[in-house]
Amino acid sequence: MQDLIIEAGRTERQYWRDLWRYRELFMFLAWRDLLVRYKQTIVGATWSIVRPILTMVVLTIVFGRFAKMPSAGVPYTIFVFCALIPWQFFAAAVSECGNSLVGNSALISKVYFPRMTIPASSIITSFVDLMLSGVLLALLMMWYHFVPDLKVVTLPVFLLMAFAAALGIGLWISALMVRYRDFRFIVPFLVQFGLYLSPVGFTSDIVPAEWRTLYALNPMVGVIDGFRWSLLGGATTWHWPSFVVSFGIVVLLLVSGIKYFRHTERTFADVI
Amino acid sequence: MSDAIITFEKLSKRYIISHQRAKGDGFRHVVESTLRRPWRWLRGAEDRPAAHQEEFWALRNVDLTIQQGEVVGIVGRNGAGKSTLLKILSRITEPTEGRIHLRGRTASLLEVGTGFHPELSGRENIYLNGAILGMSRLEIRRKFDEIVSFAEIERFLDTPVKRYSSGMYVRLAFAVAAHLEPEILVVDEVLAVGDAAFQRKCLDKMDDAGKAGRTVLFVSHNTQAVTRLSTRCVLLEKGEITLDGPPHKVASAYLNAGAVGSAVREWEPSDAPGDDVVRFHAVRIRSEAGTVVDLIDIRQAVGIEFDYQVLKPGYIFHPHFLLRNEDGVPLFVGNDVDPEWRGVRRPPGRYVSTGWIPGNFLAEGAIWVGAHIMTLAPEKWRCGVPDVVMFRVVDPLEAKDTARGDYTRPLLGVMRPLLRWTTKTYDAEHTAPVTR
Repeated sequence: MQDLIIEAGRTERQYWRDLWRYRELFMFLAWRDLLVRYKQTIVGATWSIVRPILTMVVLTIVFGRFAKMPSAGVPYTIFVFCALIPWQFFAAAVSECGNSLVGNSALISKVYFPRMTIPASSIITSFVDLMLSGVLLALLMMWYHFVPDLKVVTLPVFLLMAFAAALGIGLWISALMVRYRDFRFIVPFLVQFGLYLSPVGFTSDIVPAEWRTLYALNPMVGVIDGFRWSLLGGATTWHWPSFVVSFGIVVLLLVSGIKYFRHTERTFADVI
Repeated sequence: MSDAIITFEKLSKRYIISHQRAKGDGFRHVVESTLRRPWRWLRGAEDRPAAHQEEFWALRNVDLTIQQGEVVGIVGRNGAGKSTLLKILSRITEPTEGRIHLRGRTASLLEVGTGFHPELSGRENIYLNGAILGMSRLEIRRKFDEIVSFAEIERFLDTPVKRYSSGMYVRLAFAVAAHLEPEILVVDEVLAVGDAAFQRKCLDKMDDAGKAGRTVLFVSHNTQAVTRLSTRCVLLEKGEITLDGPPHKVASAYLNAGAVGSAVREWEPSDAPGDDVVRFHAVRIRSEAGTVVDLIDIRQAVGIEFDYQVLKPGYIFHPHFLLRNEDGVPLFVGNDVDPEWRGVRRPPGRYVSTGWIPGNFLAEGAIWVGAHIMTLAPEKWRCGVPDVVMFRVVDPLEAKDTARGDYTRPLLGVMRPLLRWTTKTYDAEHTAPVTR
């Protein structure tokens, strides 16, 4: 028989245990999001592949052909795709995550489960897209006869960083969105803006040295640089200061995101 | 006290209501106040209501102890705090003060079909809904067939739920929830949806839960269901418990307090319904003892009294009433066939005509009375008010001389007459019936 005391302000020591206990719900919500995505569509799951391809084509033409941005000696398509994968994951994850609480308001006001399950599970669909894009990248590399070297084993580190960055920002935004619906407009704008601000179409090498560390305040700089470095076999340089700064920012975002979310979680059902 | 499975101690919940400000609201104002006091908005929680806001206590100092195996019904008017109580118990919202001590696995049913996604099929939604309600995947798989047969949707398992009729939807939703097996079951007005057959199913399921030794806490406006199922009843009024005791007693108190209708309607001559021939004074419900009552035992006769003034001579009067139950279904019409005045042209004056409905005739529940007066030869409707008074018929479970007999489950039907029954037995040797 489990003993439970419900009281105002009682910090749930059980919360993290609860999150583990509700892991099946986490998977069910992710499964639901995936299923629903392509119900009643004709092209179906292929949209997950078509989107990154189209963006890549546009960026190749605009930045590669017209602007003639340097691509570190690697075919521009691969160059841009390496950055596009983490970026599109991040953008989609932050958008989904931000809207997740409000989108599931019916659940929040009627059932108990640790609320963090919702933003966390909303990232999974973007993660699946990332995997598909990864397959596409592999195919592209085969086409260009490009083989990445051993640095590829560090890729999971950067993947985890991307995940953490998306979750950290996502938690902040979803919690804020519950109370202030203005963020509905802010998020797409930030994402658009971020695409040009982050080193997707260009490398961070072209950023002047004295600004580079400051530039790394954008967490995706560290992530994208990392992705490029590990996949392209060092064709781009590794800049320790910017990695450390980005990593620090990601950790800060995640920890503060979790704290803020937990703090405001108890008023969600009242305010949503 | 050691057996208590749920203990509420001084539980209180406060909400802050905002009233319309002179200027608008939103992020701009937050930015303004943030610049003045930087950390305030981050904290998020409301500590003190601002000038344009008001405190509202949904629950105030609720103290309640529930033992294992009790089936507790919570009744109260809309806004009394019942749903808030269940929400706090289900950990959906936090209390402002006080605490609850729970000693068992809890499952809450605050809405039917929580988390159902219209694009997913019935099969997919069973898994989804089950997971949301706290069942593991194995559990759902094990009970899958039972759930499907309870819901009676075998044919439509793979159709998207958005194509279901509302009846199917609600059956499926309840089927999943009905197969939860927690130690404590918390149910909120789920019985309000669905047709009569479905509601009966729900009641039976909840009854089974109670009989299996589970603790059930439920909120319902259906006082018949509450009195049928619960071993104990609690009345909530404006966030406080005002009565806690046997179901019948609490249910009557609730009905009498909250009943929207009244057993008497009187008019001043200036605004009384009627024309220049006849005018109402009053319509009343009387017991056999002669007192005005709004609650009547099902075994007793009840009188519908018309108090009216005849203004012009030479008319034949035909007072009659139409009874309707709480669902608005017309039960029957009572026509005044008193031989003393039948076909007789009445002189002007004040008359009080009472129609007596025998005991053991009406069904339980609220009965609305529409009172009308016509004149005959030629027929002309003079005056009348539909649903002008109401009274309640109560069937006490302990009574042995009602039409219920020894049956304890809910009885269908708009009437409940006590009939005369005969039984003949057939002896093995005789071919003719043997009468006792």
